[in-house]
This record gives sequence, C-alpha cells and structure tokens, in this order.
Amino acid sequence: MGPWPYLAAGWILLVALYGLVTSRNLIHAIGCLAVAQSSTYVLLLSVGYRRGGTAPVFSDLRPGSRPVVDPVVQALALTDVVVGATVTALLLALTIQLRKRHGTVDPQALTGLRG
Amino acid sequence: MPTATLLPLAVAIPLFGAVLLAVAGRVLPRTGCDVLATAVAVGDVVCLALLWPHTHGVATAPLGGWPAQVGIVLAADRLGAGLALLAACLVLAVVVYSWRYFDEPSGERAGVFPAMVLLFEAGMVGFALTGDLFNAFVFFELMGATAYALTGYRIEDPRPLQGALTFGVVNSFAAYCSLLGIGLLYARTGQLNLAALGRGLAGHRTDLLVVTAFVLVITAMLVKAAVVPFHFWLPDAHAVAPTPVCMLLSGVMVELGVYGIARIHWTVFSGPGGVPDDAFRRTFLALGVLTALTGAAMCWQQRHLKRMLAFSTIGHVGLFVVGIALLTPDGTAGTALYVAAHGCAKAALFGLTGVLLDRYGSVDEPGLYGRARELRLVGVLFVIGALALAGLPPFGTGLGKGLTEDAAGHGHPWLPAVFVVVSAVTGGTVLRAALRIFWGFGETPRPRPGEPETTGEGEEPEIRGPRRALPPMMVAVPAALLAGCVLLGCVPAVARALAGGAGTFTDPAAYRAAVLGPAAAATAHPGTPGPVPDAWTGAGVLLGLLSAALAVALAVLATTRPPTWHRAIGATARGLRRLHSGHLGDYLAWLALGVAALCAVIAAQT
Repeated sequence: MGPWPYLAAGWILLVALYGLVTSRNLIHAIGCLAVAQSSTYVLLLSVGYRRGGTAPVFSDLRPGSRPVVDPVVQALALTDVVVGATVTALLLALTIQLRKRHGTVDPQALTGLRG
Repeated sequence: MPTATLLPLAVAIPLFGAVLLAVAGRVLPRTGCDVLATAVAVGDVVCLALLWPHTHGVATAPLGGWPAQVGIVLAADRLGAGLALLAACLVLAVVVYSWRYFDEPSGERAGVFPAMVLLFEAGMVGFALTGDLFNAFVFFELMGATAYALTGYRIEDPRPLQGALTFGVVNSFAAYCSLLGIGLLYARTGQLNLAALGRGLAGHRTDLLVVTAFVLVITAMLVKAAVVPFHFWLPDAHAVAPTPVCMLLSGVMVELGVYGIARIHWTVFSGPGGVPDDAFRRTFLALGVLTALTGAAMCWQQRHLKRMLAFSTIGHVGLFVVGIALLTPDGTAGTALYVAAHGCAKAALFGLTGVLLDRYGSVDEPGLYGRARELRLVGVLFVIGALALAGLPPFGTGLGKGLTEDAAGHGHPWLPAVFVVVSAVTGGTVLRAALRIFWGFGETPRPRPGEPETTGEGEEPEIRGPRRALPPMMVAVPAALLAGCVLLGCVPAVARALAGGAGTFTDPAAYRAAVLGPAAAATAHPGTPGPVPDAWTGAGVLLGLLSAALAVALAVLATTRPPTWHRAIGATARGLRRLHSGHLGDYLAWLALGVAALCAVIAAQT
C-alpha cells in the first residue's frame, strides 16, 4: 500500500486538530477528539496489514496454511477503542453537566480560568 | 513473598479495593467506606514497602505466565518502585485527609470518591512499574481518565467542569499522539516491550521515523509533566480540583510524566539507532530551564492559592527535567530525591490550603488578608512548607536540590543559579501569601480590576457547615507529610538507596538483561561508574540556605513595598499571563506547535 495509510493517519490527526482548535461547541470538540483517535486505528491497522492476509482466527484455518495479518495491532486497536469510549463518555457527561448548570456548550464562553 | 507476586499485587490491590468500594459503598455507612479505603491504601503501601528491598537491580514479573519476549512484563527498579511507593503513601495521606472532607450525600455515592482515588492509584503504580510501552499507555489513560473525573468531581460549580474538560481533551489528544508513536515504533521493530524495543532499534539508523516516533511517544509525558508549552491545562485543572485530588495531581502524577520521559529515553532511545545523547541533553535542558523560569514567573503573579501552588509545581518540574536531561546517574539520583521530597511538601501545602477553603470559603490571597490569624498552627506549618519548597536544609527538597545542582554544575556552571532562583521565587511566593493571610503583614492589598487573572473568591467550601470543629486529620496529615519531607533529607539510607537505584536506572544494558535474560545484554557494559554522591555537601547546604534567604527577602519585600517594582516587570508578566487564556483551542494549538518544534529541533541535531 506504500506510504498512503500513514499519510492518511497523519491527515486525519491534523483535521481533528483543526476542528479542536477552532471549535465553538464542546460536543463538536469531543467528536473531533474521537476523530483524532481514529487516526490511531488507521495507523495501527496499516502497520499490521499483509497483502493477501486474512483474519488471524485459527478456528477454521490451519496455522501456516496462508498469511494472516498481525493480531497484535488488532488487540491494540481494540484496547484503544475501549479507552476511547471511556474518555468520550466521561467528557460528554461533563458537557451535559456544563449545559445543565450554565446553559452553554461553547468552550470560548468559559472564561472563569485565565492568567 | 517473591517479587513475581508482589509486583502484580501492587497494581491489583487498589484495583480490587476500588471495585469493592464501588459495590459495598451502596450498603456501607460513610465510616465503613473510609475504613475500607484506608485499609486498602495501607495494604498497597505495605506491599510496595515489601517490594522495595528486592529492587537492588531490576525485579521483574512476567504476567499470565508468558515469557517477556511474548507477553507483558512488569519491571521495577529502585526509582520506579520508589515512585510507586511515593504514590501509595500520598494516596494513603489523601484517604486519611478526606475522612471527614466531603459532605457527601450518603447512600449510593458514599464510596465513589475513595474508589476513584484507589483507581487513580492503580493507574499511577501500574505506570511506574510496567515494562511494556503499550501497557504504559493503558495505565496512563487509566490514570488520566480517573484524574479527569476527580477534577470535575464538584459538578455544582462551573469552573471544575471547565478545568476537567480542558484537562481531559488536552491529555487525551496527547495520549493519542503517543499511541501513534507507539504504532510507528512497533512498525519499525515489531516489539512493544521497552527492553526489546531498545534492542530492536539498535539494528537501524536514526532517521526521521525514529525522531518522529520519539517525539510523539513522549508528547503524552510532556503534557502530563506540564513542560512548557504543554503546560497550560495544569493550572486550570489544579485550581478547580478538590483539594485532596490536587495533593495527588501535583504531588506525584505530574512527576510521573518526567519519570516516563526518563524511563522511555533510557530503555528505548539511549542506544544506537535512538536519539543521540547530545540532542536529548541540549533539547531537554532548554525545555527544563524554560519551564522552570515560566513556572516561577507565573507563580509570583498569582493570587489564587491553588493556582499559585500549581505554577510552583511547573517551576519545580522544570528543575526535574533539567535533572534528568543531564543523563548522568548523579543528576538522576538527585532528581529522584527532589521529586519525593517535593511531593511531600507540595501535598502538605495543598492540604493546608484545604483548611483555608474549609474555614473561609476562599483561596484568594488578597481576600484572605489577615483573616486567618486564629489558625496559628496552620500558619506555622504553611511557612514551614514554603521554606521546604525553597530548599532549606535539612528538608529533603534541599538535599535533592543540592545533589541535582552539584550534578548540573559540572558541565553547566550557570545551571545552579536557575535552581536557586526558581526555588527562591516559588518558595517566596508561598511565603508571601502565608505572611499576608496568617499574620496580616504589610498593607491591605488594593483591588486590581481589569487584570487577566483568576481570583480565588467565591469558591464553594468543600465541606458544608463551617461552624463545626476543624477535623484534626486536616492538620495532622500535612504535618506528617512535612515530617516525611524532613526525614527524606535526614535519613542517609534513603538517599543512598536512590543513588544506587539511579545507577541501575541509567544502565539500559542491566535493564535489558533483567527483562530479556542475560544473553540479551550482548552490548558492552560501559563499566561501573564511580559512586553516586548521596550526602549533603557544603555547597549544597550553602545554596539551600541562600535560596531560603532569598525567598524570605522576596516575601518581605513584596508585602512591604509592592507597587513600585511590581509595575516595572508588570508589562512582560501581563503578556505571559495573557497567553494563559483558558481557551481549549489555544492550548491545543500550543501543543501542536510544541510537537512540531520538538520534531524539527531534534531532527536538526541528528
């Protein structure tokens, strides 16, 4: 596949960064954070990719009979999904509280902390 | 017990305790939850204390019966185990401190706060003890996610929510950068074990991929360690987190970031095919000095006590980064002691700030002017804490600072001056606040309208019903922590043990041999370095006295004659303060700029 998946991962990260920096809505910002995380999925999966490889599940596959993709990065990506789900849920919960108590979800309207 | 049992237990005890509390907290009364949480915290301290004598070299424990080449391994040397022990001790202090702290609604939520503190402990201990890069990321995120939740624990108030969101988004984004770096390293070597990664990189040239991977992996650590320009989240989070949480965040979590940088550099990138020593040294010395000076300058400007302490942490972290950037066993040993002593002193100061918040519902320096005269004992402890921060002998901070200065002064004679200035300014700022609040020194402060600053007024007292008596533990725990800080400086065995540990820490061949088996350490052993200094020296005592004297002078000057010389430095300081805008977008832009600049700077030197 050449360098393309890596460049795509970098591009996704930068797009997410742009979204985060310019965000005017916390839910949008947390979405951007999830986009940033998907760049890690793309990178991890492309690291483990093998041309012509199949899923590394050996229940119906004799070991060694055909190439499989790297299972380690898939385990990493799965763990990463779990971590991401936790963090996203937590941040969204905080945002809900913010909306309830202060009626805003605009990060730029929060000026309580500076200097 | 063998280390193969103790190592996993150190992580499992708090995890199990957290689950137990979350479940049993629904039926147990408040006292039952506190007793349970304290028992678990004591259990983990005992477990790590039992582990400590086994860490002459590197103690390892392969998990799940898999050998290190395939599975995940826990590996503890003296510094890692020591940092885990520090975290466990501070968690115990925090659990005891918060016995009567929150006036929680009883019922289903009674066990939630201690359960989260224990979960946080599991993340910190795991991060300090792991020998696997991806595992480190998982513990890092466990520690992070719990810390975000704890920061935003008081959801009634807007500012904790803002602080927690900023903390969460910035740290998570950095953690994903780190994961990208881990992916790149895996692509290059096919390994995740720290020791195996180091061996794997040795077969390759240092190219742009390695530099990018290095910078990405340590981005998360730099953010956690609050190194400038990655530090913006820290004062916001510390200013709003509940006081017991601040004790942990400032006392040990931030330092774990510094530990992560050093650990990953030594085990993975220090050999051939990694990052050249000179590039690392120059870059991180510059970063450390910049961080230290920024932290000190910002600390001086603060009126919100917790924010003041947070910036003082940034100042000290800068000094720690300088200490590890020297890449010598001396510097590492001094920094390790400095970190431990600073953790005790800073946690004590946060605890005492919690007393003020409890009594007066404010942590604003001008707002509290002269109001706390009746809290004499708290005032005295606050002054002692400020002097410990300034590095007065015989506090452990003084010894750690002296040893690090000594190590730094060998190649860079101007570095000890930075240490003295930063500890004098941060200690002096806290002393200034103490003199004003507890003794009403100087003239009544005038209001400064229109300044871009965070006041400490209008805080929700964290305990309802301020007319009740002060819980004795809220004073006893800070006093015990300060006593611990003195002991670290006075008991030579501690410094000696850490000096020995620093020798192992800075020897990647020993680490590799312990984790992967003796055959793996085929590279030539660099030869045992000379003994690492571990005792007070004349110069160290003098510089410690000097910085403490400077701190007192600064505090007295600031309380007696504020306006004239304040205005002179006001313009530059205001510019610096404006940068701390409180906007999430700005902070992430700085983070991106920092990552790009680091990549460019390190790539240019390889």
